[in-house]
Amino acid sequence: MKSKLMIGFVASTILFVAILFFGCPSSKKGLVEGDAAVKVYVPPGKHDEFYAFLSGGFSGQVSVYGIPSGRLLRVIPVFSQNPENGYGYSEETKALLYTTHGFIPWDDSHHPKLSQTNGVADGRWLFINSNNTPRIARIDLSTFRTVEIIEIPNSGGNHASPFVTENTEYVVAATRFSVPIPQEDVEIASYKDKFKGTISFIKVDQQTGRMNIAFQILMPGYNYDLSHAGKGKSHGWFFFSSYNTEQAHTLLEVNASQNDKDFIAAVNWKKAEEYVAQGKAHEISGIHYHNVFDEKKQTAYSEIIDKVKILIPEECPGLVYFIPTPKSPHGCDVDPEGEYIVGGGKLATVIPVFSFTKMLKAIEEKKFDKTIDGIPVLNYEAVLAGEVQNPGLGPLHTEFDGKGYAYTSVFISSEVIKWSLKDFKVVDRIPVYYSVGHLCLPGGDTKKPTPKYVLAMNKITKDRYLPTGPELAQSAQLIDITGEKMKLLSDFPTVGEPHYAQMIPAEVIKDKSVKIYKLEENQHPHRTLSPDQVKVIRNGKEVHVYMVAIRSHFTPDNIEGIKVGDEVYFHVTNLEQDWDIPHGFAIFGSNNAELLIMPGETLTLKWTPKYPGVFPFYCTDFCSALHQEMQGYVRVSPANSKVNLTWNK
Amino acid sequence: MKISNNLMRIGSLILVFVYFVPIWYISLDAPQFPEGLGLYIYVNSIKGFKPNDLESLNVLNHYIGMKKIVPEEIPEFKIIPIIIGALIVLGLIFSFIRKNQLKLLWIGLVFLGAVVGIYDYYRWGYDYGHNLNPNAIIKVPGMAYQPPLIGGKQLLNIYVFSFPYWGVGIIVLSMVLVALSYYYGQKEKPYVSV
Repeated sequence: MKSKLMIGFVASTILFVAILFFGCPSSKKGLVEGDAAVKVYVPPGKHDEFYAFLSGGFSGQVSVYGIPSGRLLRVIPVFSQNPENGYGYSEETKALLYTTHGFIPWDDSHHPKLSQTNGVADGRWLFINSNNTPRIARIDLSTFRTVEIIEIPNSGGNHASPFVTENTEYVVAATRFSVPIPQEDVEIASYKDKFKGTISFIKVDQQTGRMNIAFQILMPGYNYDLSHAGKGKSHGWFFFSSYNTEQAHTLLEVNASQNDKDFIAAVNWKKAEEYVAQGKAHEISGIHYHNVFDEKKQTAYSEIIDKVKILIPEECPGLVYFIPTPKSPHGCDVDPEGEYIVGGGKLATVIPVFSFTKMLKAIEEKKFDKTIDGIPVLNYEAVLAGEVQNPGLGPLHTEFDGKGYAYTSVFISSEVIKWSLKDFKVVDRIPVYYSVGHLCLPGGDTKKPTPKYVLAMNKITKDRYLPTGPELAQSAQLIDITGEKMKLLSDFPTVGEPHYAQMIPAEVIKDKSVKIYKLEENQHPHRTLSPDQVKVIRNGKEVHVYMVAIRSHFTPDNIEGIKVGDEVYFHVTNLEQDWDIPHGFAIFGSNNAELLIMPGETLTLKWTPKYPGVFPFYCTDFCSALHQEMQGYVRVSPANSKVNLTWNK
Repeated sequence: MKISNNLMRIGSLILVFVYFVPIWYISLDAPQFPEGLGLYIYVNSIKGFKPNDLESLNVLNHYIGMKKIVPEEIPEFKIIPIIIGALIVLGLIFSFIRKNQLKLLWIGLVFLGAVVGIYDYYRWGYDYGHNLNPNAIIKVPGMAYQPPLIGGKQLLNIYVFSFPYWGVGIIVLSMVLVALSYYYGQKEKPYVSV
């Protein structure tokens, strides 16, 4: 007894001394080595090497970071209203957020995707999906503004989206939740009979970028999760992962985790185009909003489209094949050559890698295990190129370095692994903090990766930063992949929850960034191009104020004759033509947001005064030395008053 | 005689290029204009280094009460091109008249034009810099904002630098060519019948 105590005492003393000398094991977490600080240091006034576009997840927006510094450059409002600059509040931008369910102020943005030419990101546009109310947005990368949002009909949640083909011929959408198609009031228990999935192909006009739904494909009622287009030799195909092939409709956590294998759907979209051209598509109800920002008129307009074309795989042989994929796959990634399709079986013990060449052979030799709703299920072994053993627990997403290696995020064991595309063996692994979701390598999902960094996006941060109460930031961690071993360089908190990111060399975008809107090109229907053209017009209860702003005053800055009950529209044109001189506009008691008006731009704020009185308005963006003087007054009289409408010039 | 007359013709004709290049420039340096800001002065107009520089400068100038610079309202921009045209025509005519001294006269006229032009430019600069709106937002006692004719000067937060540009170089070259023409004309004098 005594000796046991003695041994215990000695052992604990040794441990204590060891900890004193070597430190607590957990305090070594994420220590960086050597020249990490130099590698992420971008001196003041110098520019970063890459733009990184991170989705905001539940923030609904896109955040733009400079890499390697991790400096936040901008947050682009997309699916959520942004009172900071009036996006979704101004009369010009409201239409972007209209859907068949009316105006929607928020959504959940998941996967940013850059447009491509010849399989390489070209810096024209960034697409991003909304998961909750299915939509795809397009951001113009010369202005960093959302310029189009299209609603996806016959979908129950847009997750496997908006991945693009190698010349941006199409962006895709696929329903995460299967639903009755067309929607109808049925028992939820009728899932297996009535619920269906859809995959949508949205054509992109190469000149204007404008999207329209070319066709949909009616799919079995599974959950469609992620996707990537084929490239190079597999150009013409698109791959979508699916789970819940059990077709459970309750407690999916358990009931959708029973099958040994779910599927990756391989869609031959060139074949789909042929079937559509042959008139094989059915025209079905598919009412959806298509909202486009007219850059000349600086205003968004909505159109409503009633019908969509849909292909039914049973009637279209060779359109879709299923590749059995272990255990509820998540990521679905294609290597730069277009040969390997990597499934991220999030509950699997291996990462399956499929061969496109073997897939074509298996199709030719009809190596089918069975057929589901006219979709042949290929034999797993016949399509498999290899399995990555010991990838860790919960492999999710894979990107490629173009030098024969792949990088996979592993959620449950919180790590990034590097493995070889030659022998499918893991060659390196690095812990991340904590619970990594997506990862991103510049061009890592294109034909030409720039293998310098991997950005790991983590769901949980706990002790990584100073505590901020129960609600903590998500994080991104930058990993150097230029050496044989991965090295952690830095981490930084993010805006919202980034689900995916795209990185692109800065020089592809930065030189075409717009500095001002040219006044002579301003075709806004309510523009005012000089101070002597300002006016106030009453039209019943509607009052339109045509106002201009230039350092450091508004014209007019005194308006009288507004009455309680009026709807006042301030159409403010910023007459500046100098770089980085926006003016703001806010008015007392407004139930709306403010406006932030860029040089040469016209924006409109609607104001409904509630009481008689004199109410100030002012510039909210510190524009000049006399910014504090940039103000004015609106006199509001009782509804029955006889005060004339007057203003000064 | 041939060399002399041809030099005279070339010397007059190269003045045509003066229409297409700035004769003077004024650059303005301030920390908040890393992209640069400035004006090129042509014989018939004023243009910014960049498309909106003149507008930007007019906005800045309103703080100190300087008049708006509106090239269309400056009459010299209509007169100077005519004078240059006349000098070119005169030079060509002189090149056909066998009187070498006319070349000196021509140089003298160009020189006179240049001196008057520079004086006129100075006068405009003085007017813009001194004749300020009494209600100006920023009033610094004793401060005038006349840009320097040649060289640099700190005007409040802005360092103004002014210097001749290609146009002046062409005018000087033109005068040198005509001077050479005179020189050869003198050497060839035995052949000239006066």
